[in-house]
Amino acid sequence: MDESNVPAELKYTKGHEWVKIEGDVVTMGITDFAQHSLTDIVFVELPEKGKKVYAGKSFCVVESVKSVSDVYAPVNGEVLEANGSLEQSPENVNKEPYGEGWIAKIKTSDSGELENLMDSEAYKKYLAEQEH
Amino acid sequence: MFKTPLNNAHRQLDAKMIDFGGWDMPVYYSNLIEEHSNTRENAGIFDISHMGEIFIEGKEALDFADKIFTRKISGKEDGKVMLSVLCNENGGILDDLTVYKFSDEKLMVVVNASNTEKDFNWMKEKAAEFGSDVEIKNESENFGKIDLQGPKAQEILQKLLKFDLNEIKYYHFKVLKRENNEEIVSRTGYTGEDGFEIYVPAKKTEEVWNSIITIGNGLGLKPAGLGARDTLRLEAGMMLYGNDIDEQHTPLEAPYVWVVDFEKPDFIGKNALEKQKKGGIKQKLIGFEMIDRGIARHGYKILADGTPVGEVTSGSLSPTLKKNIGIGYISADYARIGNEIGIEIRDKLNKAKVVDLPFYKRKK
Repeated sequence: MDESNVPAELKYTKGHEWVKIEGDVVTMGITDFAQHSLTDIVFVELPEKGKKVYAGKSFCVVESVKSVSDVYAPVNGEVLEANGSLEQSPENVNKEPYGEGWIAKIKTSDSGELENLMDSEAYKKYLAEQEH
Repeated sequence: MFKTPLNNAHRQLDAKMIDFGGWDMPVYYSNLIEEHSNTRENAGIFDISHMGEIFIEGKEALDFADKIFTRKISGKEDGKVMLSVLCNENGGILDDLTVYKFSDEKLMVVVNASNTEKDFNWMKEKAAEFGSDVEIKNESENFGKIDLQGPKAQEILQKLLKFDLNEIKYYHFKVLKRENNEEIVSRTGYTGEDGFEIYVPAKKTEEVWNSIITIGNGLGLKPAGLGARDTLRLEAGMMLYGNDIDEQHTPLEAPYVWVVDFEKPDFIGKNALEKQKKGGIKQKLIGFEMIDRGIARHGYKILADGTPVGEVTSGSLSPTLKKNIGIGYISADYARIGNEIGIEIRDKLNKAKVVDLPFYKRKK
């Protein structure tokens, strides 16, 4: 497949979520690699505002025509906001995984765990390993 | 894994391949929804070579067919295709299939890939048990099968044939001889569109596939994978064996009442089905449309008045209707069109309503 888009300014998880860090608030979504493997996203079950989330635990769901996939929280914390526009336009996850296709903003309770996330170079290596 | 004669062709087209019941099959080529819509609007070409072709030949072919299939096969003209069901003694569905009548002494039965061995063995055993003067042959390996479906299917196929395709009526077939090969062409399909199922010698399948794709190129033809095939058939209200129907369900519970002929003197499962009919059908397969958001999936619970009343067997976004649709069995008391039901999706109850099948009907 074509090489995935991996923006340098973001952090990444092994579950193929991306994270943008601004103070103690992170914006997250699924990566270009993830949206490509899932194919057409036709439904996103968004997390509720105020929901407590735990790093590595499923906290919402994206569905393609053929599959249902969990989305894992990249950090511990609480959901500040979910991207309501995905209810009408779930395809934005495919079209702009790092832009209009963002899924949630989470207020982190422990900034230390951000260090566990991969930077773009590490994630690219991780993807290369996944391919083999 | 089993490979169809088109395996190489799919790889050249860069298809996404999956293990489909032990077969290495294309689930999509570029995009499932586009392949779906293109089949509805123009035409799609599908590799269905994994399906089985079993022949029943001999003096008592029709008599034997009437005994094993729920539908009456005798009394129909040569060149007719008949959808039917094969039941066990309990009325459970062993398979749903099509029967092609070549003559009083030759029938071709087209069966689901995963059931080919089971059906073949069943037919052989029953032929021995009844002492029928028939020979049962599994010819599946010798055939490739290409489905060409959609409003432009006839225009495309006609360019390859001298034979006037208008002469093949709905649910009929013709054996066409082309360059020393015999091809069986029927006006049938699994998408809800007009179109053809084409049976070709295994060795010629790739050649025929490529020539249809070349001819269809300027007419909007695109290859479509099993993913689009599944959403197309669901919109058209057609059953998928193993998902929607199985040995635990009877044709009277599924929308196959019309292929059960109780007028026939006898057929396997008749007693059980008559008993079920007299006692009243307790559960029925229904179609539903989601009212709340969410996609129902195979195995999700259906509730009514707060209690479980059934289970979803297939569910998806309908690319044509842009709604979330599904089918499933529910207690007959709740099967009325318009009834509100609930689908349990990840521990939450989502509203849906019972609707008529099929979800989609093409304009004539």
